[in-house]
Amino acid sequence: MSEQTAMQTTTYREAVKQAIREAMIKDERVFLMGEDVGHYGGCYAVSKGLLEEFGPERIRDTPLSESGFVGAGIGAALGGMRPIVEVMTVNFSLLALDQILNSAATLLHMSGGQFNVPLVIRMATGAGKQLAAQHAHSLEGWFAHIPGIRILSPATLEDARGMLWTALQDPDPVLIFENNTLYNMEGPMAENSGPVDIDTARVRRPGSDITLITYSASLFKCLAAAETLSAEGIEAEVIDLRSLRPLDDATYLASIGKTRHVLIVDEGWRSGSLSAEISARIMEQAFYELDHPVERICSAEVPIPYARHMEDAALPQVETIIATVRRMVRHG
Amino acid sequence: MLKPIEKDNAIRQLRQMLLIRRFEEKSAELYSATKIRGFLHLYNGEEAVAVGVMATLTPEDAVVATYREHGQALARGMNAGKIMAEMYGKQEGCCRGRGGSMHLFDVATRFYGGNAIVGGGIPLAVGLALADKMQGRNRVTCCFFGDGAVAEGDFHEALNLAGLWRLPVLFLCENNLYAMGTALCYTQAASDIAAKGANYGITAAFVDGMDVLAVEAAARTAVDHIRQGNGPYLLECRTYRFRPHSMFDTELYRTKEEVDRWKQRDPIELLAASLCEAHLFDEQERAVLEQDVAREIEEAVAFAENGTWEPVEELTRFVSSARRAA
Repeated sequence: MSEQTAMQTTTYREAVKQAIREAMIKDERVFLMGEDVGHYGGCYAVSKGLLEEFGPERIRDTPLSESGFVGAGIGAALGGMRPIVEVMTVNFSLLALDQILNSAATLLHMSGGQFNVPLVIRMATGAGKQLAAQHAHSLEGWFAHIPGIRILSPATLEDARGMLWTALQDPDPVLIFENNTLYNMEGPMAENSGPVDIDTARVRRPGSDITLITYSASLFKCLAAAETLSAEGIEAEVIDLRSLRPLDDATYLASIGKTRHVLIVDEGWRSGSLSAEISARIMEQAFYELDHPVERICSAEVPIPYARHMEDAALPQVETIIATVRRMVRHG
Repeated sequence: MLKPIEKDNAIRQLRQMLLIRRFEEKSAELYSATKIRGFLHLYNGEEAVAVGVMATLTPEDAVVATYREHGQALARGMNAGKIMAEMYGKQEGCCRGRGGSMHLFDVATRFYGGNAIVGGGIPLAVGLALADKMQGRNRVTCCFFGDGAVAEGDFHEALNLAGLWRLPVLFLCENNLYAMGTALCYTQAASDIAAKGANYGITAAFVDGMDVLAVEAAARTAVDHIRQGNGPYLLECRTYRFRPHSMFDTELYRTKEEVDRWKQRDPIELLAASLCEAHLFDEQERAVLEQDVAREIEEAVAFAENGTWEPVEELTRFVSSARRAA
């Protein structure tokens, strides 16, 4: 009988913080830089207490200069450091998009393999907190369009805790998107949780009737929907993509081979999106496995509104997932 | 009167400026012959800036350059053949033909590009300097940019960061009076570039960018200031580009008379004349120097001509690193 893994109750916020702490302790080249990460304790309180522990050199408050400090992160990575750059939200990251795309993602190829950029950029993403149209979008799918960078989307506590270290070992830029609704998520996590792989998707719930492909906060909507559907005799297999670039095609294609139905749930907008990309890949590689056309539930194509009922209406919801699955499976 | 050691230095500067001038002339010729394609931005007229500044840097220092960087690369000591081969698109080029004229990189001389997003390299330079400071290395990062970049947010964000964190960066502005084809007076509310350093607590100066020895002296003051731990420095070099912005520029925005007036202050001829005046240099030595430079250019072109094309199978190589660190 193997020993029971000791568990602790923790939050997503604490898991990210412990990941940063561990990286800072293990590698003195690692430092955290961003707006309000130090004296304020982090916009989402992720880095609270780290300034006291590591000092202002390594928990480095920056001015509101997204392009400047993301570019400085790229330079510091070129100079032998292992920076973790925190951008407050994905909407603000657009101010640094030039540095991310034109520098971080291109330097290795443009220099003929001479200069790699071992940089990690973390940022909050997603809606659900009534933050309206300039703080609540899900643009990770855009970033996943760019060759030369990795895009990660930790949904679980273990991934929040474990992806950062692995990302820091990567010689190339890695962007980690943390959905802002997850920071307060509480649950059990193994006390010895450590680095996890950042290459593969995971089956979070096995099932035989339909494959739900999702990531980040939408994972929990899919799992909730799957529970309800199970009571009705529909078993949904739920896949957490984890890495949005590169995509682990094999995991979801294997699932589709079994279930012959697939619904993609993506908090990003629908047009020209990550869900469109996955759908296209399924058409290319598994068209004849399907008993029903690929379907997608995405955010409504509107700037995310403030009012609670309107924001809810704009986002993928458990009820919509349940209704869509019922229709697909019963008519498929 | 120059001392002998200064004479050697001046002759070295003259040779480097000549190398750049002849390299650029050859590049223009090869562009017309369609050996070189894409955008080509030549450095004619601005040679004194790169040559004067590079003389003050050590091999451990870093350089971040612009898209008009052949001169910066040559003055930094990059091999002319590898630069020419890069512009030919050959795999023997410094970036295997991936970058071309605007994106020269060289790990050996710590030459970090070749950046064609105006101002885009300035935050990178700040980061390189931050890495040096955090790792306790006494190195300087020299960041070249033009007067056009001064209008970019990255310039102001980066100067603020470097001033705030007292980083060892030499911000080196090559002010050639035109942001592509628009004069400074049409783009800057306050056109004194050096004066902008004060806003960020950064010591700044300007210098005649057509006088290589003056540039060297000013850059040495700046680099000494930085090495002594006094934080960043902004040096504006007032210079002029003799040729059009790129190969597609009809130069509607400036007069021939203006260009001719600046050519009277050709940095190469200015230095040669002052050396001749001091009887330290003569026409015969000039001829020897020219021959020597011509041979180096010839070798560079031959190297590029003899280069090979990277197999297309390697198209996606270096999008990501081949392996992760252990």
